Amino acid sequence: MDFSFLSKYYLFFLNGAKFTVVLAIFTVIFGVILGVILALMRISNNKLLNFIGAAYVEFIRGTPVLVQVYLIFYGLPSILGINFPDMVAGILALTINSGAYVAEIIRAGIQAVDKGQLEAARSLGMKYTTAMRYIIVPQAIKNILPALGNEFITVIKESSIVSVIGIHELMYNADTVRGNTFRAFEPLIIAAVMYFVMTFTLSKLMGKAERRLKTSD
Amino acid sequence: MIKVENLNKKFEKLHVLKGIDVEIHKGEVVVVIGPSGSGKSTFLRCLNLLEEATEGKIFFEGTSIMDKASDINKLREKIGMVFQQFNLFPNMTVLDNITLAPLKVKKTSKGEAEETAYKLLKRIGLEDKAKSYPSQLSGGQKQRIAIARALAMSPDVMLFDEPTSALDPEMVGEVLQVMKELANEGMTMVVVTHEMGFAKEVADRVIFMDEGVILEEGTPEEIFNSPKQPRTQDFLSKVL
Repeated sequence: MDFSFLSKYYLFFLNGAKFTVVLAIFTVIFGVILGVILALMRISNNKLLNFIGAAYVEFIRGTPVLVQVYLIFYGLPSILGINFPDMVAGILALTINSGAYVAEIIRAGIQAVDKGQLEAARSLGMKYTTAMRYIIVPQAIKNILPALGNEFITVIKESSIVSVIGIHELMYNADTVRGNTFRAFEPLIIAAVMYFVMTFTLSKLMGKAERRLKTSD
Repeated sequence: MIKVENLNKKFEKLHVLKGIDVEIHKGEVVVVIGPSGSGKSTFLRCLNLLEEATEGKIFFEGTSIMDKASDINKLREKIGMVFQQFNLFPNMTVLDNITLAPLKVKKTSKGEAEETAYKLLKRIGLEDKAKSYPSQLSGGQKQRIAIARALAMSPDVMLFDEPTSALDPEMVGEVLQVMKELANEGMTMVVVTHEMGFAKEVADRVIFMDEGVILEEGTPEEIFNSPKQPRTQDFLSKVL
């Protein structure tokens, strides 16, 4: 093992990590927005919205993220004639993927709240939206947060997939270093450690947030 | 106050209520008894539209509640309900549980809502629990809070859906005591229960339901001392 290449190439890893963080942050933000919309579609009484939401989730969960990334990157320009900057295509593809998983997490979290809660709220004269806002959603968030934290961690890790479309994130840069130094192994260890630092930090932060929400139990 | 005409409720193929006709007058305490699966709870839940009846009419203070034009949220303000499983809001303190609906639905001021809440808490003997969370309370305490929460909307009628069935035996008394006091103050009440002692002592009228119909109704004396229907006699011989 020889890590002497680091003195020359450490910036590759730092810059790659920076891209990975940016990718992950935008994916998480847009993924949650998309997930909320899809979850609302799935719990609504409108059959059409319901179907669209369910079909979307099933399709995304049933196809590899690698295929989805290629579809967005090569498919959109050739079909619609839209050309995105690489980074936007990457965020878009990851968002489309993550949104489906977030939707399922949110839907399950809302449906896990005891039915009696909504009944009690409605029996007091509250509108559906009032009951959702003050009773159901606050309780659902407690169910959702741990699973959502896992999803955020998954997003950080899976963002490595967009290296295939040439985004200079951590995985891509690690590969570049491997090529330049003819060292197959060591750059990957550095990348793995850096991914782990990111995901472990996030998992600790989520744990803290969960504990704060638990105060009323 | 409440008038029910030919109420029918079907779940898919299951015919749960088969033509219920009943009238509940102001200040009356009506206790509904009957075996499990007889439709008692479904009947009660139809009265505030937690279940939508398949057929029939329900009038509350002259308004047809199943009419699409009537505002069910407004009507529900006047119809308090107490559930078997309490259904307190676990994410809020006892005080917030009681004041939430007055604040958000009736737009009562915070000061006024809290004053009412403390009065109600005093009445049920749980003033010291205002800042507690439901998870810190016993079952009996939870149910008394649930009653207070419903009363905070100053309803005209209170529906009780087996309020003591989920309680440990030693806590049944404290809940029934609160209900008894409420009845004595003249609250109109419809109570689905297996507490025959409560029915005998507090009810103005007892309704016996079986297989989706009202088989027999009358004063507690009539029902408990000289039931006419063989099915009623059979049921009472098993529970008394």
